[in-house]
Amino acid sequence: MKAIVNVYLKQGVLDPQGKAAHHALGSLGFNGVNDVRIGKQIVLDVDSSVTSDMIKEMCETLLANTVIEDYDFELKP
Amino acid sequence: MNVAILRFPGTNCEFDTQYAFEKLGHSTQIVWHNDKTLPQNIDLVVVPGGFSYGDYLRSGSIARFAPVMQEVGKFAANGGKVLGICNGFQILTEANLLPGALKRNTNLHFISKYQHLKVVSNDNAFLNKCQKDEVLHVPIAHADGNYYVDDENLAKMKENGQILLRYCDENGKEESINGSVEAIAGVCNETKNVFGLMPHPERAIELLLGSGDGVKMLKGFEG
Repeated sequence: MKAIVNVYLKQGVLDPQGKAAHHALGSLGFNGVNDVRIGKQIVLDVDSSVTSDMIKEMCETLLANTVIEDYDFELKP
Repeated sequence: MNVAILRFPGTNCEFDTQYAFEKLGHSTQIVWHNDKTLPQNIDLVVVPGGFSYGDYLRSGSIARFAPVMQEVGKFAANGGKVLGICNGFQILTEANLLPGALKRNTNLHFISKYQHLKVVSNDNAFLNKCQKDEVLHVPIAHADGNYYVDDENLAKMKENGQILLRYCDENGKEESINGSVEAIAGVCNETKNVFGLMPHPERAIELLLGSGDGVKMLKGFEG
């Protein structure tokens, strides 16, 4: 199984990389982009014994810093 | 004082820190990250700067789980004094020993230069040899120094005198050079025994190298 974890800065926490990319898109003439948020995707190859609760614990303990980041994940066969 | 200086894979300021404290007349020991105990009779633990574990995932996020950090957590919980400089500050926030978190600088650059700092609180075991509102001149060198804490915790920290230093210009006018909330450069915990700052006082102890302001900062721990 694969666990696909997405981690990104919380809404309300300024994302400097997203802002720079947003500005660059505008400079290149791509209009109509309201906001850019840059996060990271962490792909875990896991045994079938690994549960959603365990992935959640991994996120809370290590993969995300919940002071500034939100996360979501899905388990794929 | 007996000072324990931690070393993780990727730490690079342990010898500067050792030089600084030994110049001030203290004995120091460098402690390996895999050690399961801290040396006896330690008065201060310093988590020095560098790039522990290559800054992978997030700066400080891996180092906080090193065996020695469990001991630092216990040491701090018993009132022991801990100082985190630069990457050490990031490690202490990741370890929840200090509030807030450090994000990428807003300009996305690694900023390496001398920087003016304003002393916000000196009523603590660290900056007691500095004057309130005094302007210090100390090197900074970081990519992830953009301090963030939510409004509720920020208000509590201000109330409790936990904001130690702010970035400023030479006249003391505050300026957030890296995006930090309220230009914050250094903070302490609620019980004022764990301290963290992005600037490097250990690099400002020789006038020949540009500044001696780090001396009165580090001497604060002598009490």
